[in-house]
Amino acid sequence: MLLILRGIPVGLLGNFKAFKRYSGMKKNWWKVLCVILLMYTIIGGFLMPVPALYILHETIRNIYFHVSMWFAMMVVLVVSCINAIRYLAHPGTMKYDIISAEAAYVGLLFGALGLITGSIWAKNTWGQYWSNDPKELCALIAWLVYLAYVVLRNSVVDLDKRARISAVYNVFAFVLLFPFLFVIPRLTDSLHPGNGGNPGFSAYDVDNNIRKVLYAAWIGWSLLAVWILELRIRIRQIEIKQIFHE
Amino acid sequence: MYCTFGSVIGKSAQIFILIKKDLLLEWRQKYAFYGVLLYVGSTVLVIYTGFLHREERVWNAMFWITQLFITVNTIAKSFLQDSPGRMLYYQSTVSARIYILSKLAYNLMLMLVMSVLSLGLFLAFLGNPLINPALYLGMVCLGGISLSMMFTMLAAISAKAGQNAALMVIMGFPMVIPALIVLVNASATAFQPGYQPGLFRLVLILGCLDLLSISLSLILFPFLWKN
Repeated sequence: MLLILRGIPVGLLGNFKAFKRYSGMKKNWWKVLCVILLMYTIIGGFLMPVPALYILHETIRNIYFHVSMWFAMMVVLVVSCINAIRYLAHPGTMKYDIISAEAAYVGLLFGALGLITGSIWAKNTWGQYWSNDPKELCALIAWLVYLAYVVLRNSVVDLDKRARISAVYNVFAFVLLFPFLFVIPRLTDSLHPGNGGNPGFSAYDVDNNIRKVLYAAWIGWSLLAVWILELRIRIRQIEIKQIFHE
Repeated sequence: MYCTFGSVIGKSAQIFILIKKDLLLEWRQKYAFYGVLLYVGSTVLVIYTGFLHREERVWNAMFWITQLFITVNTIAKSFLQDSPGRMLYYQSTVSARIYILSKLAYNLMLMLVMSVLSLGLFLAFLGNPLINPALYLGMVCLGGISLSMMFTMLAAISAKAGQNAALMVIMGFPMVIPALIVLVNASATAFQPGYQPGLFRLVLILGCLDLLSISLSLILFPFLWKN
């Protein structure tokens, strides 16, 4: 966790320098897009009009941050699972293992941010930080499963064995867990919109004003997640090169 | 997998021999059996001293928590009891899928027996709050199947990582919580009289989960198997 948090400022500063150095727009346009979209999300998210809704009021602006965190988390976790499969298909290719593991770490970071933004929102609308809502529970479960992934990785010393075992667990957990996490909240009553008879945001509340920012926020935060992932992968590759004295 | 009639017969014979070996070992050591007695005994004691058994919801929740621990205790051993040398012998004689199939089948049988046993002990010591015992028995069997199917693969992973049951618990508990939520909700209907409309959907979800975990085990275990 600390490692993830430490990685962000280091990575962002480092990459800014690299960006200035060769300003290769062909390769890095999506980073510019990410910054622009996030600036738009933050400025537009706080200043542009939102529907005035009972109970929610201005807290509805959190939708640009809370929901986007889950979106970004899902993107990197899908990347993690795909690379685990790629590792199993091409055993011994450490690159896939590094991508898969680092994507899981970034997913943990965004999952934590999603939980935090969600509980702040819950405090202001439902009255308490944690209310054992099925969706909260499912989010926490997903987070714990990937925490177990980190524990599993750290418990194996041999690099190749670690890569293989954690790839197997990654695929097993992802495929078994995620359909389930989307099904469970729909079966039980939930405070979240769209469950147990509560109307979904899409039905009444997501009007065009919200959409203008929401989609930009999804793409922006997902790009940021990929950016962090890319930097972490590069840091890991340098570390591994130092290990092998290449 | 190629499928001629003879090869199918040969493969099922291999599976049966592996299952028979595990059953014989269990019969001689009775490890899972005494584990179940211990867990159910201590849980019953806790419920009894807390006067909790009068409430149906607590009875139900306690039963499933006990089931969870029984599963961990029963299944953790299934891969750990095979020493590295013996694994090498299996690797040279049977294929990975045959081996994991035999383990899945053995764990399923064992968990069914242990689940029914623990339900019997619960009913004997804590009274019978069930209105629809047949339904509850069905849910208990289904739960035993689901838990054993999910934990078998996790036990294989943790055994391969060279760890004890603790790692399996760390990996397994978050993953089985969704299944347990469904099981607790579905089995709670056995405490109420009358027809339960949502039950079939819950059973269907559990069935899908079982199929998914069996097919995932079959696909992924060969990658764990080779050294």
